[in-house]
Amino acid sequence: MSSYIDPHIHMISRTTDDYHRMALSGCAAVSEPAFWAGFDRGSPEGFRDYFHHLTDVEPKRAALFGIRHYSWLCINAKEAENVALSREVIALIPEYLDKPNVLGIGEIGLNKNTRNEATIFQEHVDLAVRTDELILIHTPHLEDKYKGTRMILDMLKNDRRVKPERVCVDHVEEHTVRLALDNGFWCGMTLYPTTKCTPARAADIIEMVGTERVMANSAGDWGKSDPLAVPELILELRRRGHGEELIRKVVYENPLAFWRQCSRWQDWLGQVITPPSARLAVASARVGRPS
Amino acid sequence: MKIQPLPAVQALDAYFLEARSKLLDLAAMLDRIDRGASASEVENDPRLAKMRQALELLHDRKGSRAERIQKIFSLDYDPKWEKPQPR
Repeated sequence: MSSYIDPHIHMISRTTDDYHRMALSGCAAVSEPAFWAGFDRGSPEGFRDYFHHLTDVEPKRAALFGIRHYSWLCINAKEAENVALSREVIALIPEYLDKPNVLGIGEIGLNKNTRNEATIFQEHVDLAVRTDELILIHTPHLEDKYKGTRMILDMLKNDRRVKPERVCVDHVEEHTVRLALDNGFWCGMTLYPTTKCTPARAADIIEMVGTERVMANSAGDWGKSDPLAVPELILELRRRGHGEELIRKVVYENPLAFWRQCSRWQDWLGQVITPPSARLAVASARVGRPS
Repeated sequence: MKIQPLPAVQALDAYFLEARSKLLDLAAMLDRIDRGASASEVENDPRLAKMRQALELLHDRKGSRAERIQKIFSLDYDPKWEKPQPR
């Protein structure tokens, strides 16, 4: 299996066995955006703990399997309905922006396309441009996606400080992918069993729009999702006879090219963090358990 | 970079059984709804109306069916919505 990168996966809600299987499948690196925990958090301190997990705990867990772990920080759109809490969380994000594995602000966006969500989205964008951070954008689900994607692009295009090449619009599907690409943004296709793209539909989209500024991810989380979705896309592209060069561009080179724009980026091509193979086999038994 | 899709014959060979299976799944789901108690209560449900609209679209040969079906299931966008302004 080719090496690949999963540029959007919520490893906090995945098991150590998933890391093991991802490593066996060729996963070289992941990035983990801040997201909704399945419940609304009650205070900024809850986010402080979460950001500590994303920037300190999870990279160590990933490293046990030779996987590089990066993260994105924000308060997600679902909790952005609470504007006061959102502003407190946005105020503490800069404390974490000097962490070496932080790639930028994300996944910010809209959920139900409300006024409060739009307000907090714009305030995240303000923070990102003031601090020269990359931006990762969550576009809404299902019937809200088209409208929400148009609204997000309206806000981004309305802000002259935003550089489209430093923004990735995620969860694009057939009806939104060209909106992102035609405006100069990167885009991510999320491979979900029911509510987003299947690997076959993602392969169709690649055939229709090409490989420039396009990447794919599993967005694996605590819901029904597949942490090996990116390898599934690799298999689908091979099934159709697409070459390794095309596949590598989508699943490896494009995410790296986007990430390399981060001011803290430290290149690691050719460097290996894989622990000795004997340790790999037992790492899953050790992680998180008292010795 | 221009990307060549599979030749049509190969695509049909590769995906025929999968398409057949998905059509049967869809047919069975619609039958299940019809078979349920009080099926008349959902007759005017907008979700069913959208499904029927999508099924109609599958018949035509104009292409971009997936994109057009996505739009059937999408809320309308108002370009005049009130945007927050950058600081």
